[in-house]
Amino acid sequence: MKPKYLKPIVFLACLLPLGRLGWKALNSALGANPIQVITFSTGTWTLTFLLTTLSITPLRKLTKLYWLIQYRRMLGLFAFFYGCLHFLTYVWLDQFFDLHSIYKDVWKRPFITAGFTAFVLMIPLAVTSTQWAIRKLGKRWQALHRLIYISAVAGVVHYIWLVKKDVRTPVIYAIVLGTLLLYRIVVLLLGASPSVVPLRVRRSPMSGD
Amino acid sequence: MLIQRSSDVPGSEITPKSLYMNRRSLLAGAAMLAGEALVGGKLLDIISPATWAFAATKLNYTAGPFGTNEKQTPLQDITHYNNYYEFSTDKYEPAELAKNFQTRPWTVRVEGLVNKPQTFDIDTLLKMPLEERIYRMRCVEGWSMVIPWIGFPLKSLLDQVQLNSKAKFVEFTSLYDPKRFPGQNRNVLEWPYVEGLRMDEAMHPLTILAVGLYSDVLPNQDGAPIRLVVPWKYGFKGIKAIVKIRLVERQPVSTWTKAAPNEYGFYSNVNPNVDHPRWSQAKERRIGEFFKRPTLMFNGYGDQVASLYAGMDLKKNF
Repeated sequence: MKPKYLKPIVFLACLLPLGRLGWKALNSALGANPIQVITFSTGTWTLTFLLTTLSITPLRKLTKLYWLIQYRRMLGLFAFFYGCLHFLTYVWLDQFFDLHSIYKDVWKRPFITAGFTAFVLMIPLAVTSTQWAIRKLGKRWQALHRLIYISAVAGVVHYIWLVKKDVRTPVIYAIVLGTLLLYRIVVLLLGASPSVVPLRVRRSPMSGD
Repeated sequence: MLIQRSSDVPGSEITPKSLYMNRRSLLAGAAMLAGEALVGGKLLDIISPATWAFAATKLNYTAGPFGTNEKQTPLQDITHYNNYYEFSTDKYEPAELAKNFQTRPWTVRVEGLVNKPQTFDIDTLLKMPLEERIYRMRCVEGWSMVIPWIGFPLKSLLDQVQLNSKAKFVEFTSLYDPKRFPGQNRNVLEWPYVEGLRMDEAMHPLTILAVGLYSDVLPNQDGAPIRLVVPWKYGFKGIKAIVKIRLVERQPVSTWTKAAPNEYGFYSNVNPNVDHPRWSQAKERRIGEFFKRPTLMFNGYGDQVASLYAGMDLKKNF
């Protein structure tokens, strides 16, 4: 059964990474290169939330905890939230709105191109995350939201490409993402629908599906 | 030329810290040696005065040339934010992991195309006339520091071994000991770390072997007991924990060049006009500063070294 009061708890938990950064910043505990720490932290949390969002569908199928779907949108929006912070850190703290230098970075440096792609693809998903947009777009909503696969792949590639030599951590993200994508391919090959349109849940939110 | 002593950082801020660190390394060293004595019976090591010398702290030195008067990076940042893959690929971890690193006994072998190959004990090298050199340090990753090194010109060591005229390059090798360097248990790079300089670069007065910083012996995490400092090149050229210097005829292959030949060249001179394939080198973040600053050609040492590369295509020879 779905635990009561879980939603606000999850919501607050999703803010913990930001709280931790803020607390460290206030206590000058971000080390010698604070901007790098902020960039790195917001970046890895964006990826973590993207992967968590992608794990909802397999999880609810495997565990039969069908109410988990109610957390997918929130987690996805938190991915976008941390993605915005990450992008803002780069544009503001790292480049200080040097548009020329940002433009060159985005086009010339593959790892920034990949990261920028991952971020831009999240924008339509966040914009169309409202109940109204879901109803309005109907079947096209699901097609549009498959962009999250490309965004996540671009995000992980962004991480792998920026590392100088030791790719252990980004490879862990790649393995998790690979597993989540493989699940969908297998489900697709077996002919079943890999996900459930949120509309169904909306119609009968307490039914437990 | 402006020569300035470490006036930016008050002594009150540095001394207790370094004393504290040395006390800890002394205690840790004593504990480790006691442990070794129980197991391996290395009693001689304990009573030998050389074992304790490293814990005796301050160095005698004079102000050297080429010093910058820019604000020096605090010791805390120099010792807690640096690359030392022999300990970890994380820049924050070497400080902790290097705490008990033993730098005695230690020798530096100078060999190859020389008439008088020699093995120098580190305590002999510490008695060379030492100078303070306040240099800018630019990391290939895009951050920089100002570090008051203490050391001696590499030339003054090479002059002692009588170079053979066939010697064209100098090859440096770090210690290989996975028991003391946990990072060497993984093949992130090919161990031991190897670096190289062309002969004129090695003999240049800016090129030093550093044995200390901020008036003290080198902290373990910064390359103790002896490391190379070439201020107009990216930081990774400054090989740490050197055990061997070999004079050779052909250009050595540096560790990072071996790891990614299209990203890290043999010369690796600081050059804002030649980008790393994956990021720009036009700007840098000076540790402790908020805004990025433009990176200077040859890290600002163009007046001294530009002539070494006259006529060379620095885009090709990156």
